[in-house]
Amino acid sequence: MNRVSRRGLLAVTAVTALSVTMAACGSSNSSGTASTSTGNVSFWTLQDPTNSVQQAAVDSFNSGGQGKVSMSVITTDGYKDKLRIAMGSSGMPGMFFNWGGGSLNDYVKAGKLVTLDPALKSHFLPSALAAGTVDGKLVGLPIRGTQPVFLFYNKKVFTAAGVQPPKTYADLTSLVQTFKSKGITPFALAGSGTSAWTELMWVEYLVDRLGGPGLFQKIQAGDWSQWKDPAVLKSAQMIKDLVDSGAFGTSFGSVNYGSGGTSTLLAKGKAAMVLMGSWEYATQQTDDPNFAKNDLGYVAFPSVDGGKGDPNDVVGNPTNYLSVTTTAAKDTAAAFLKTTYSDSYVQGLVEKGEVPVTSNAASLLAKAPDPSYAMFQYDLVRNAPAFTQSWDQALGLTLGTPLLTEIQKLFNGQSSPAQFVSAVVALKH
Amino acid sequence: MTSATTSRPVRAPRAHARSAAPTLPRPGVAWAAPGLVFFLLFAVVPMGGALYLSLTHWDGLSAPQFAGLDNWSRFLGDHQVWQSTLVTGVLLLGNIVVQAPISILLGVWSAGRQRNRAVLSAIFFLPLLLSTAATAVMWRQLLDPNFGIPSKFSWLFGAADPLGTQQGAITCLVLVTSWQFIPFHSLLYQGAARAIPETLYQAAAIDGAGRVRQFMHITLPQLRNTIITSTTFMVVGGLTAFDIVLLLTNGGPGTDTSILPFSMYQTAFRTYDYGYASTIASFLLLLATAASILLTKLSGYDKMTSTLEGL
Repeated sequence: MNRVSRRGLLAVTAVTALSVTMAACGSSNSSGTASTSTGNVSFWTLQDPTNSVQQAAVDSFNSGGQGKVSMSVITTDGYKDKLRIAMGSSGMPGMFFNWGGGSLNDYVKAGKLVTLDPALKSHFLPSALAAGTVDGKLVGLPIRGTQPVFLFYNKKVFTAAGVQPPKTYADLTSLVQTFKSKGITPFALAGSGTSAWTELMWVEYLVDRLGGPGLFQKIQAGDWSQWKDPAVLKSAQMIKDLVDSGAFGTSFGSVNYGSGGTSTLLAKGKAAMVLMGSWEYATQQTDDPNFAKNDLGYVAFPSVDGGKGDPNDVVGNPTNYLSVTTTAAKDTAAAFLKTTYSDSYVQGLVEKGEVPVTSNAASLLAKAPDPSYAMFQYDLVRNAPAFTQSWDQALGLTLGTPLLTEIQKLFNGQSSPAQFVSAVVALKH
Repeated sequence: MTSATTSRPVRAPRAHARSAAPTLPRPGVAWAAPGLVFFLLFAVVPMGGALYLSLTHWDGLSAPQFAGLDNWSRFLGDHQVWQSTLVTGVLLLGNIVVQAPISILLGVWSAGRQRNRAVLSAIFFLPLLLSTAATAVMWRQLLDPNFGIPSKFSWLFGAADPLGTQQGAITCLVLVTSWQFIPFHSLLYQGAARAIPETLYQAAAIDGAGRVRQFMHITLPQLRNTIITSTTFMVVGGLTAFDIVLLLTNGGPGTDTSILPFSMYQTAFRTYDYGYASTIASFLLLLATAASILLTKLSGYDKMTSTLEGL
């Protein structure tokens, strides 16, 4: 969910011009078979604060004599576009950072990825590996921390109102009334066109709590008719009720995500809560370190009475993954994969505030900048019977993009819950 | 009466003499080669590529599959595309209606040589220096209902949700685009207004024409060619500009501001359906070409008559 807020600016000719160059590249790509066993492996990664940890791992690996890994750091904007285009050409990287789920689906189908050794699984938390597995084959190995979604709240606002964070959905709806009567927006929600993915989190949690994680697993596996499950309609109805009751305020359709938007609303006490991924903590820390330290509270998403889902389930980004393509020198890549769960790499991540999903992470979390926050996330993920990956990531962009549009229409009241369900069902032709 | 009858015989031979004058030979085709090669390589070839791709199914990973007219028949039945075309048209018209009059007035005003006008013009032209990305990001913050302009003027906007409704989002897009591009069009008009001969105004002043009459009967007719140029820019620019939509509304709320170039981008780079995206691109190409041909034909711009004839 590391969202791209600004995409590369492509004029109308870009599509036409690009398509032609890609067509030219595409034809020279018939020989994508595995090469020699050791050698030089290119590694594409996303620009983020953990790059220095990755670079250190690469440097120490390169001095080990098992071949060389050359790391390229690519900015968030357009990373997916660049990767997609490269994967259809001869310029395919040997290893690359990715979000798992649906994005890997296409690459597996096109025969671009190498199946990894199942023995590697023992080094990671099971719930984090699901999104790196396609058709039962392990194709992505966790290389970053986990990013579950949960509720953040402003402790000061809660103390002033004399209330506790919600444990059940009934608590949640009564809190909506409490804060509304005080002129505080109960939940900050970024509903502007570029932020529809924050609305998705609500739908994911409600569907999970009502219908259990199995429902979306079936959808992801290809049974699109599962959208007709009553749990989906009921979730949509609950969203409508929340919107109508003013849970998100009246102007959320123009509110943006992050600084200057939802994060500032929460920090300034104009909103009481926000449902967001674990990275919200880092955003608050950058914007307002005092608020992050003293008044930022966090709690799991409440249970919903009568639902089939386990209240311990979480949604979000299980983690980010490292995948190996058929062009990589096999032995070098295999040897490099071992660094992803080495103590030094995991500790490096922990020091950057990440919560790694390796089995050795628990003992290292004491070194985190805020150990209690790190342990909260680690336990949340470890105790979760199911960790549902963000739907748009899990389904891939082809289905995820129009799904986000439909969710936005539901929140905006442009479509009714019933219209929402039929529109989503119609997305897959 | 007399002047009319006498002028006719005088004029006819003059016109005749002009056309009979020995004409210079046209420059050789070789002179156009650099431009032509560039155009061929970066415009015609990609256009051909897009047309071909519009006849295929292609996900960008495997080889394109020839699909005949599949994409085109889907295109004709696609409700969303026609809504996009409509929104594109509405945005286009909105932009012209807002930008043209303001640009003309601002351009003519800034054509004056007074010092204060020069200083103020420099300030007005500032948005021209900003990239669309910067403009969009800045306006997204300015339009924030809690911390932006609407929150400071709540007596005017109420509990405003500017980007949350279709009318609001379209209005915002028109205003932000205008804010960004009025300086450019004003610059065109400023140059053109400065080229109007002073003698015309002097003659009109002698005849007793006031400022408004001078503007209506001299300035506007003299700016005719510039109006056409500027409008063509607005039409073609409006048909191809999608960056502002991508960054400000992302086609939202829902698909309410999903204009054609934007849905083309989304189809190609979000849903990886390059074949169908090329179909939309080809349609856009036809639309833009048709619009600019229509504009030049209707206005007689292709005949390139000078507004200074007879002076």
